Amino acid sequence: MADTGNAVKPSSSVKLVLLGEAAVGKSSLVLRFVNNDFQENKEPTIGAAFLTQKCNLPTRTIKFEIWDTAGQERFASLAPMYYRNAQAALVVYDLTKPTSLIKAKHWVAELQRQASPGIVIALVGNKLDLTNDGIGNGADGDGAGSDDSGDARKISTEEAKTYAEEEGLLFFETSAKTGYNVTEVFTAIANAIPETSLKTTRGPGASHAAGRTEEQRVNLNGPRDPNAKEGCAC
Amino acid sequence: MAQEEAEGNNGPTSPPSPPPPPLPPRRKPSMEGSIQVAPAQSKPTTAVSSIDISTLSFPDGSRGTFSTNTTRAVSSPVGSGYATPSRNGTAASDLADAMSVMSFAPTLRPPGDLASLVAGELNRKSRAWNFLRSQSETVQPFESIELGAPGNLAGFEREFDEIPDDTTDDARLAIWKSKMKHYMILSSAGKPIYSRHGDLSLVNSYMGVVQTIISFYEGAKNPLLGFTAGNARFVIAIEGPLYFVAISKLGESDAQLRSQLEALYMQILSTLTLPTLKNIFVHRPSTDLRKPLEGTESLLSSLADSFTKGSPSTLLGALECLRLRKSQRHSINNIFLKSRSEKLLYGLIVAGGKLVSVIRPRKHSLHPSDLQLIFNMLFESGGIKSGGGESWIPLCLPAFNNRGYLYMYVSFFDGKQELPPTAESAEPAEPAKEPPLPTEDINKVAATTGDSNRAEEEIAIILISPDKESFYDLKEMRDRLAAQLTKTGSLALIRTAARQARPKIQSITPGAEISHFLYKSRANVQFCMSSLEPAFSSPSASPSPSLSQGHKQLATAEKMVARRRLMSVYHELHASMHSKHSHLKVLHAVGEDAASLAWITPVFEFYCVAGPNVSRVAMTQGANRVVQWAKKEEERLFIIGGGVF
Repeated sequence: MADTGNAVKPSSSVKLVLLGEAAVGKSSLVLRFVNNDFQENKEPTIGAAFLTQKCNLPTRTIKFEIWDTAGQERFASLAPMYYRNAQAALVVYDLTKPTSLIKAKHWVAELQRQASPGIVIALVGNKLDLTNDGIGNGADGDGAGSDDSGDARKISTEEAKTYAEEEGLLFFETSAKTGYNVTEVFTAIANAIPETSLKTTRGPGASHAAGRTEEQRVNLNGPRDPNAKEGCAC
Repeated sequence: MAQEEAEGNNGPTSPPSPPPPPLPPRRKPSMEGSIQVAPAQSKPTTAVSSIDISTLSFPDGSRGTFSTNTTRAVSSPVGSGYATPSRNGTAASDLADAMSVMSFAPTLRPPGDLASLVAGELNRKSRAWNFLRSQSETVQPFESIELGAPGNLAGFEREFDEIPDDTTDDARLAIWKSKMKHYMILSSAGKPIYSRHGDLSLVNSYMGVVQTIISFYEGAKNPLLGFTAGNARFVIAIEGPLYFVAISKLGESDAQLRSQLEALYMQILSTLTLPTLKNIFVHRPSTDLRKPLEGTESLLSSLADSFTKGSPSTLLGALECLRLRKSQRHSINNIFLKSRSEKLLYGLIVAGGKLVSVIRPRKHSLHPSDLQLIFNMLFESGGIKSGGGESWIPLCLPAFNNRGYLYMYVSFFDGKQELPPTAESAEPAEPAKEPPLPTEDINKVAATTGDSNRAEEEIAIILISPDKESFYDLKEMRDRLAAQLTKTGSLALIRTAARQARPKIQSITPGAEISHFLYKSRANVQFCMSSLEPAFSSPSASPSPSLSQGHKQLATAEKMVARRRLMSVYHELHASMHSKHSHLKVLHAVGEDAASLAWITPVFEFYCVAGPNVSRVAMTQGANRVVQWAKKEEERLFIIGGGVF
C-alpha cells in the first residue's frame, strides 16, 4: 500500500467488519490486504482480530479499522458488537462450497436488518485459485457449473452476481492466495462510502446496547466461587 | 542404589531456612580414573531404587491394582532400574520375573507386603556396584542410551507426525497404533468429539469400543478409572456428559494422566462454559459436540502435545516467571497499575510464555490452570499470533468462574515494529514503512541463536475484562502501557531478560554435578528450572551454521527425545512423591541411565537429575546449593504478590 502524501489529503476512519462462514478465508483476505502475505492452513481465528490499514484514494485517505470475526457458529451472538456502527462489511463465501453462500445471504439479511442504514456491503467469493477461471483471467462468469478437470467451483459467478445486484451489494471474486482482486475489494468499498458519512466514529463503546440479550456475565461483586481452586498468590 | 529417608541428619531433609550448611566435600576414591567403566556395562541388576518400591507399593490413584504396577514398570521409559528388563529383552532379571508373577496374583494384597517383599529381595547394596559407580561420576544422564537405541522412546520423534491420508487403511492404522500417546474425547452417547491422532473415520470404531466399556461399568455404578492393555495404560475421566480417555505408553502415573484429561476438559469449558455444555446435552443427549467446538481442535491438540512432550508447568501445576530484578518488576507493576482501565479485571504481561507482571483486584487471584489455557492459546497454538493485529477473545476461565465468559484483549509486541518509542504506538503496524530496526543487538542475537529464540522474545500484553464492550477501553490502556514501558526502558529490560533464557546450572552452582533441576515455590505456585542446554538438548548441540536441513531436523528430534527422557524421570519422581500413601520428604533414585533426587518441604518442591554415577552426597550438595540460590533469588525468580488494585 503506497502511502504517499497523506498529510495533505483528508483522512478518515472507516469501521469495516468481515462476516462469513468458518474457513472461507476472511482472515486470509485481511492478511493479504494488510500484510500482503498468505499462510496455508491458517489456524481458525478465535473471537475476533482487529487490524488497521490505510487505503489511498485520489482525493482522500481512508483508514480501515478492520474487524476480522471468527466464523464459527458459537461466535455469532457477538457479531452485532462488531457490525454495530460499521460503515462497511465484507461478507465472504467460499465459491467451492455452496453452504457458505447460504450463510453469506443470512449475514447480508442480518446486516440489512440490524446494521447502520448506510452500510456498504460487499459480497466476496473467495478461493478463486481453486477454479479454472482463476488467476488473472478475471471473473468472466464462464465457470458456471463446469465441473471438469479439477475445477472445484460450486457457485457460478452468475448466480452470486445476480443475487448481489438484487440486494445492491458490491460483488467480487477473489483469491487471497494469489492476491487477485483483494485490494480492489477494499478500494471499491472506500470509493463507495458516501463522503457525508465520513467522520470519526467509534465503535462499541460509544453506542447503546443492541437488541440482543446480554451474555452470561461474570459478576465480580458476587461472593467468591466456593469451588475456586488453589489460587496463585501473585 | 537408592536411599529413602523420612528424616535424615545430612542431606536436604532439614528445613530450608536457615539453609543447612554445605556438607564436607566428598572423599574422592584414590583409584579415580584408573578404571574407565563404560556406562553401558554398568547395569547390574541391583540398580533398583526405592522409587520402584514406593511406586509398586502405593500406586497413586490406581486403586492398588497390581496390573498398574506391572505396566508402569514395563513401560517406564527411562531412569530407574526397572526399565532394564524390557530394554534388554532377553535379559530376564529377577525383578521382571517377580513382577510378572505378582501381576497375576489373584488377590489384592496389602501394598505393604509387596513393598517389603520387593525391598527385601532387591534393595540390598552391592559392594561391587558401589565400587564401579565411584569410578565414573562424569557420565551424563542418559548418555548410555544415546549411544545406542533410544530405549522405550523409540519412534518418539515421529509422535507428532500426521497420519498420511494417501496410504492403505492398514498402514494408517499401524501408524496410529504406533503413537505413544492418545487422547480421545467422546460423549456418553458414544459420539466422537476429539481424537489427537487419526481422523474420526479411522478411530470411530475404537471410540465405540471405548464407549461400550465405559458405559458398562458406569451402568454397574462402579465407574471404570483405568486399565492396562499390553504396555499401554488407559485412564478414563468422566465429566458430566463427556468421556475423556488418555492412552499412554510413556509411563505416566494415573494421577498425572488424569490431570492432563482435566486440562482438556477445562479447555472445553473455556470454549463453552459449563451451563452451555450441560444445556446442550440435556436437550439433545446425542448432540455432536464437534460443531460447537469447531475451531478449537488445534487448542486441544497443542495442549495434548505439550503434555506428551512433557510440560514442567503441568507436572508441577505451577507457572514460570521471567527472572527480573525486584526493582524492575516493581516499576513495571507500577506502570501497569497506573495505566489501568476501569474495565480491567486481570492484566498480564507475558514474555515467551513466562509471566512478567500481573495486576489483579484484591479479592480475585489468578489460577494456574486458567493461565495454562491462556498461555496455550497464545504461545502454543498459532491461531492468534499468525493473525497479526490485536485480538478480542471471549473465553471462560473455568477455575475463576465456569459459568460465564470474560473478554480477553491480546496484543503482541512485534519486536520489529514496536520498538521505535514514538507516539505512533497508537497506530497499529504498517508494513514496509517502519524504519529499520534500531537495535543492532536484536539482529545480533537473532543471528547467533537462530530462529529457536524467536519464541522466547514474544512479548504479549493480555488484558481481561468482564465487559464485552470494553475493547476500545482496553486498547487505549494497552497503548498507554506500551508507551510508558517503552519510554521508561522497561520494554527493553523485558526483552533482554527474555533473551537471556533460563540460567545454566553451572552458573548457579559452579562445579555442581547435577544436570538439571525443577524448583517449585509452593506458596507462590510458581516454578523455575535450569536451562535445558546443553545436557538435554541434542547431543550434537553445537550446530555448525552449515548444518543441512536434514541434520537440523534430526537435531530437533533428538532434542525432543532427550527432553522427554528428562521429563519422564521427573514424572516418575513426582508420582512417587505424590502417591496417595507415601509421605516421602526425600527420595533418591538411581537407574541405569540417571540418578534423580526429589525433596519436598512445606516451602518448596525440588527435583533434580544427574548422571547415573553421581553419588547421593554430591547430589544432595548440589540440591542444597540450588535451594539456597532459589531462596536468595526468590524475589527475582517469582512474582510475590504482584500488582493489586
